Amino acid sequence: MRFLLLAVFVSVSLCGFNARAADNSNPQTEQRIRQLSEKLRCLVCQNQTLADSNAELAQDLRQQLREQVAAGRSDDQILDYLVQRYGDFVLYEPPFKPITVLLWVGPFVLLAAAALVLVAVLRRRRRAPEEPPLGPDEKRLVERVLGPGTPAQERDRGAP
Amino acid sequence: MKRFLWPLAIFILLVGFLAVGLKLDPREVPSPLVGKPAPEFALPVLHQPDKRFAPGDMRGKVWLLNVWASWCVSCREEHPVLLDLAKRDVMPILGLNYKDKGEDAQRWLKQFGDPYQLSVVDADGRIGIDYGVYGVPETYLIDGEGVIRYKQIGPLTQAILDQKVLPLAKALKK
Repeated sequence: MRFLLLAVFVSVSLCGFNARAADNSNPQTEQRIRQLSEKLRCLVCQNQTLADSNAELAQDLRQQLREQVAAGRSDDQILDYLVQRYGDFVLYEPPFKPITVLLWVGPFVLLAAAALVLVAVLRRRRRAPEEPPLGPDEKRLVERVLGPGTPAQERDRGAP
Repeated sequence: MKRFLWPLAIFILLVGFLAVGLKLDPREVPSPLVGKPAPEFALPVLHQPDKRFAPGDMRGKVWLLNVWASWCVSCREEHPVLLDLAKRDVMPILGLNYKDKGEDAQRWLKQFGDPYQLSVVDADGRIGIDYGVYGVPETYLIDGEGVIRYKQIGPLTQAILDQKVLPLAKALKK
């Protein structure tokens, strides 16, 4: 347990470590780097994008992005470069592949299943038999409890 | 009674998914490099900076590439395992000294022992990126053709060595 805590502390402190301002070159290039790094996951702090993370690896990878953008490579080429090294996990938006079919299609399948269940339940409820009308004994009981003078039939209709 | 069967079944299914999910380690990202040729490099050797080493030099051998650094705490944890493996002379272990200072690295090896045939220096971490390194220590098992066969993220333990790495290395040597 203590070990786990230590690991958490270390990784959290690694994430915040070593803030360094990006050297601003061309605003357009910076914009592209920013957009790219928002699509990419920092592997040290796995729930942060490369843009948000200040882990040392994230800085190195941003530097790589900068160099590759400067070298005139396209966004797809740069993303491929990182996927080749770190796998699909580095992308925040996983690609559609046999292994990710469940991930992409699953929610819609669940939604469709839920809709089917809803329709089935509603149908069954509509088909349920209505309450039978009150017999003479029951009518007499109602009159005794609620008092005479009220027309019994109206009450029947209004009864839940 | 029957109306409770469905919710119960769904509940058990959900518990099953969560139980499996608990056992998965999110830090273990499957490496796309396994089954691919180890990325080339030519880096200076730690103890002889004027000499360079390239993975091609190990052609025909099954070997381990261990990424380490003197600032890496988990490396100390796995170090005895590597020292023991080196003593048994099972296969060559090479070090990739990742984003470290030369003096610190040499002092560290002097203090804890040196299991490496040699260590190469990746001072700016550029080669580390080619190998998909994101958490030191990491260890790669590379076969005689220069193909990565296994990647260990985090410290090697005796159990992982005995159960995965050594049997695989033995099979690859044939």
